[in-house]
Amino acid sequence: MTTDSSHDGVVHHAPGEHHDHDHDHHGPAYGLMRWITTTNHKDIGSLYLWFSLIMFFIGGAMALVIRAELFQPGIQIVDPMFFNSMTTMHALVMIFGVVMPAFVGLANWMIPMMIGAPDMALPRLNNWSFWIMPFAFAILLSTLFMDSGGPAGGWTLYPPLSLQMGDSFAFVIFAIHFMGISSVMGSINIVATIFNMRAPGVTFMKMPMFVWTWLITAYLLIATIPVLAGAVTMLLTDRYFGTSFFSAAGGGDPVMFQHIFWFFGHPEVYILILPAFGIISSIIPTFARKPLFGYDSMVYATASIAFLSFIVWAHHMFTTGMPLAGSLFFMMSTMLISVPTGVKVFNWVATMWRGAMTFETPMLFAIGFVIMFTIGGLSGLMLAITPADIQYHDTYFVVAHFHYVLVPGAIYSIMAATYYWIPKWTGNMYDETLGKWHFWISTVFVNVLFFPMHFVGLAGMNRRIPDYSLQFADWNMVASIGAFGFGFSQLLFVWIVIKCVRGGKQATDEVWEGARGLEWTVPSPAPYHTFETAPDITKYAVR
Amino acid sequence: MSSTGANAYYVPHAARWPIVGSIGLFVFFWGFANWLNDRPLGKETFFLGAIVLVVMMFGWFGDVIRESESGTYNNQVDTSFRMCMMWFIFSEVMFFAAFFGALFYARTFSGPWIGGDGGGGAPVTNELLYQGFSYVWPTNGPSSLGGDFQQMGWFGLPLINTLLLLTSGVTCTIAHHAIQHGDRKKMVRWLGATVALGFIFVGLQAYEYYHAYHGLNLKMSSGIYGSTFFMLTGFHGFHVTMGAIMLLVVMLRGMKSHFTAKNHFAFEAAAWYWHFVDVVWLGLFIFVYLL
Repeated sequence: MTTDSSHDGVVHHAPGEHHDHDHDHHGPAYGLMRWITTTNHKDIGSLYLWFSLIMFFIGGAMALVIRAELFQPGIQIVDPMFFNSMTTMHALVMIFGVVMPAFVGLANWMIPMMIGAPDMALPRLNNWSFWIMPFAFAILLSTLFMDSGGPAGGWTLYPPLSLQMGDSFAFVIFAIHFMGISSVMGSINIVATIFNMRAPGVTFMKMPMFVWTWLITAYLLIATIPVLAGAVTMLLTDRYFGTSFFSAAGGGDPVMFQHIFWFFGHPEVYILILPAFGIISSIIPTFARKPLFGYDSMVYATASIAFLSFIVWAHHMFTTGMPLAGSLFFMMSTMLISVPTGVKVFNWVATMWRGAMTFETPMLFAIGFVIMFTIGGLSGLMLAITPADIQYHDTYFVVAHFHYVLVPGAIYSIMAATYYWIPKWTGNMYDETLGKWHFWISTVFVNVLFFPMHFVGLAGMNRRIPDYSLQFADWNMVASIGAFGFGFSQLLFVWIVIKCVRGGKQATDEVWEGARGLEWTVPSPAPYHTFETAPDITKYAVR
Repeated sequence: MSSTGANAYYVPHAARWPIVGSIGLFVFFWGFANWLNDRPLGKETFFLGAIVLVVMMFGWFGDVIRESESGTYNNQVDTSFRMCMMWFIFSEVMFFAAFFGALFYARTFSGPWIGGDGGGGAPVTNELLYQGFSYVWPTNGPSSLGGDFQQMGWFGLPLINTLLLLTSGVTCTIAHHAIQHGDRKKMVRWLGATVALGFIFVGLQAYEYYHAYHGLNLKMSSGIYGSTFFMLTGFHGFHVTMGAIMLLVVMLRGMKSHFTAKNHFAFEAAAWYWHFVDVVWLGLFIFVYLL
């Protein structure tokens, strides 16, 4: 078999087939098989993003079940066991099914374009990374329909409670293994792409921040997902094969699970936010019409956060009764993270300082991110203080904290990224008026939803319990109203995206006046294959 | 990047194997979960999934081998493959790290705590919950789970296994030098020796398990010692099997006149994996058997 090389510099063909029609500007094949067999980074990026959007509504529906139940005290709507499986599944779906795939989808779409690469380094592996996801989630979601019900011990799967789960236990564990395979393969691919596929002249310190943050995120994933796999494997063997890793009767320790789990779990929360930092670092300079302030310090801050994320895990476990030296160490190391994070927030604000700012939808979401993520960051600092955390542990204060960093944090960054890059993806401008409405409605409701949780949390309301004491009733009602408002306002987002895909004002190549980066040098919509020959980066700003 | 075909980055089209892999994994996991819960057809579904996965690997690797042999890949593609294998092995290291972590944690922290050492609430806990239990490694815990057992010593089989694996590392390197000098026949011979040593290792490991269950009453359910012993050595044994199969495939490809002095990444990937398995074993030998 000879290589079937088109004159564009990239060889495309399937083994054993001769693709005369595989010409560079020729579009993709049609029909379902295009999507199943695609190796194109843009196709796979779109698949990830659509998958994430669907899961966002599934996970969101679960959140609404929780908020409906908590609208009033007492057991109102659902059975407590089902309530618990809703809190568990909501977390698993939102973390593994929404935020992570959305970031991987954005990485797929943008990284090759940002570094001037023809595609991802390992295109077939890329296809597999995506096509694992629907199957893994089919297993996970199927547990809700089993006789024993879905997992109800919290997404952290702490033993001994999680070991008391019904038959669905094994399915949950294997679903996590299954997703883990996807994450590890996806990350390896991203690492190989960034190291090996940069166009000549795109040096490390010229890479856009989004590429940098994803490179570091990929390392966090490669290093921690296998540890999660190990932890859940131990759960599985404790349950089905008679081992006693997490049983004191056999000389093991249930707290040991928490150590291993959070060794994964804490880097995981940075996996959920570092790419968001990269997105925000791309958007703010564009709409402030100034280069990113302190690029080098942004890179080093990201790396520091990643390093520190490995030595803070036990701050999730202050109430387990660890030795004092342990508590002190983990308290200090956790507080240390606020230094590089503060550098980032400072740099974003300094980038805006005296910039010629305009407030298109992506910028609104980015500014919303900076403000509300910082609120979540500051409540995190409160939680880092061991004696305070012993009071806050497992209350709604914790729920408020991580929802502030994840919803107006990670989710807002994904929304911002969508508005920012969708003209490049579709060739059409989205409806700016509707986009602004989407931002303002979401921002009002997200605060109505999560801010009162600080109050009920500090007052002592426990998380993961379907009933609560009467004095929490008013704020819970407010939060539930916010939840339904926020949830339904996301339908507006779907409408804006669909409308933009179907048509709209033609986008220019540059799209945004102040935008820098290679992705803005290609036509809108981006052709099916970009940079089949490496771009001459002396002509364009890479970042 | 030049714009001629030979120097272009290879971007394959129409990947058919990934979806087969996804379906295979789905059937495999679905079957395994049903099997564990003693549901009907669980075992059968599990094996069906495993067969689909094997078929997928044959097909996928077959495609890659055909493309490689036909000269489709340039150096940049080769670098991607190398990075992929390198970081895959790193992820495997982290998987073992979880189990080593469990071993160290149990031996350093939780074991002594249950036994009443380590200050804080440990003495009270021991007095109230585990009265009379004092911690000595190896342990099967305060409840003596699985009954009395004997520890697996390091002398004898484990030592022989260590020597076998170390020797196989040497034979593997000799094979590597052979192919670097273009001597494919010598490569095949020494790889044959490596694969044989690998499978002998696995065989001896199986015998060791038999001996543990029937001679020492040491089982997976023998508390934390049995758990860490069997899970660490078991996953290692599984990885040795995988590595030996990889080397076997490389050997068979060598017999079909694949590989040249310059182009033999598959060999190197399998060799890297083999050395990784080797290093993990040294960790096991020290921390599971010796100390």
